[in-house]
Amino acid sequence: MPAAVHLRSAVALAGRFPALSGVDLTVSAGEVVVVLGPNGAGKTSLLRTCAGLLPVTSGAAEVLGEDLRQDPTHVRLRVGLLGHAAPLYDELTAAENVRFAVRAAGLPTSRVDPALERLGIVGRLRRTPVARLSAGQRRRVALAALVARTPELWLLDEPHAGLDGATRRLLADLIAEAAGGGAAVLLSSHEPDLAVPLADRAVTMTGGRVVDEQRGGRRPVLEAVPPSEETAHVA
Amino acid sequence: MWRDALLIAGKDLRIEARSRVALWQVLPFSLLVLILSAFALGPGPSTLHDAAPGLFWLAVLFSTVLATQRSFAIESGEGTRDGLRLSGVDPAGVFLGKTAAVAVQLALLQVALWAGITLFFGVRLHVIWLAVVASLLATVGLAAAGVIYGALSAGLRVRETLLPLLVLPVLAPVLLSGSEVWSAALFGHAAAGESWLRILAPFAVVYVVVGIVLYGPLQEAG
Repeated sequence: MPAAVHLRSAVALAGRFPALSGVDLTVSAGEVVVVLGPNGAGKTSLLRTCAGLLPVTSGAAEVLGEDLRQDPTHVRLRVGLLGHAAPLYDELTAAENVRFAVRAAGLPTSRVDPALERLGIVGRLRRTPVARLSAGQRRRVALAALVARTPELWLLDEPHAGLDGATRRLLADLIAEAAGGGAAVLLSSHEPDLAVPLADRAVTMTGGRVVDEQRGGRRPVLEAVPPSEETAHVA
Repeated sequence: MWRDALLIAGKDLRIEARSRVALWQVLPFSLLVLILSAFALGPGPSTLHDAAPGLFWLAVLFSTVLATQRSFAIESGEGTRDGLRLSGVDPAGVFLGKTAAVAVQLALLQVALWAGITLFFGVRLHVIWLAVVASLLATVGLAAAGVIYGALSAGLRVRETLLPLLVLPVLAPVLLSGSEVWSAALFGHAAAGESWLRILAPFAVVYVVVGIVLYGPLQEAG
């Protein structure tokens, strides 16, 4: 399987400060990798780097075959990032937010309704300005926008935060479906009990580097790229 | 680029229509500027008549700052700022869309201010086409310059106080030219006003072109 993410000794900056300090990580197409680690370990920075939002200043960094050090803008349209803050406009309704995301990507608006229905955003909920929605409902709207765009690389930052049990199960299904469809999924989590069972591999970050790696609870990846020597620690 | 501009302008105007910040905050503010200035100048009809064009454009300039701040407040959340960068929308389209949305608001505001100076100051435009052309050119220039400097200060913590400091001096040519053209329109001296249009037109063109070229790097830096 081709590598969706290929980082070697990647150093990325957040402003003037190093956010990643030499990360080695490969994620194959169709693979789910969870990133664990304490606060400030660099998990969010890793996801933002893979989305082309943080500049890579040294090392090798390829995402979906594009060199992030050359021009990250081409990558951005092909990845889907769900960060801590949902990319939603408070005054727009749930449906209008998803429609905006779809139209901005140049995709047909016929994708909007199925995505909203998949996330259970139906009836009055879809016509409600997102400012009036709960944190969990806002998260579902943001996920609907992601589903409608069908990115090749899903970047989910603490995706379980604020979700109820039913939506967590739906999220697990979405991740499995995305990976089954050939997309790579990289998610960060503070809740290994929830995230590791969804993943093929779990990597641990500390100080802006990947320091540990172990197998996840999902079905094994047949052709996964082996981890680098310095980070390899397969349980 | 044009498709993206329409998308962004539609989104911003829809948000403004829902939040009504322009209607309930920017418009009353601009009318207050007119009225308080009239109080400061005194009740003399000739004084108010002579000062009306300058006060009109001063109110428009201050309102430009507010409208620009509001335009970037929409994108101030981390999620929406990143979302826009990841959306696939051409930065030049974002610039043109935001400029168009601010320009529409400023144009509507000027209609209200026009009514305001007619009512409060008792003035009447004699060369309406000249005032309308000046307003259209100035509106494009003000919106374009405002959006450029709005993007420049968007990522900074001190953006609310920095933006007026950055943008008001830059808009001084519009204040000067707009006031002169509107004075000419008030007193029926069309020829005198036409020469000032030669400042407003290049101002608008230059800032639109600069915005199209520079908005991408500004958006990345923000």
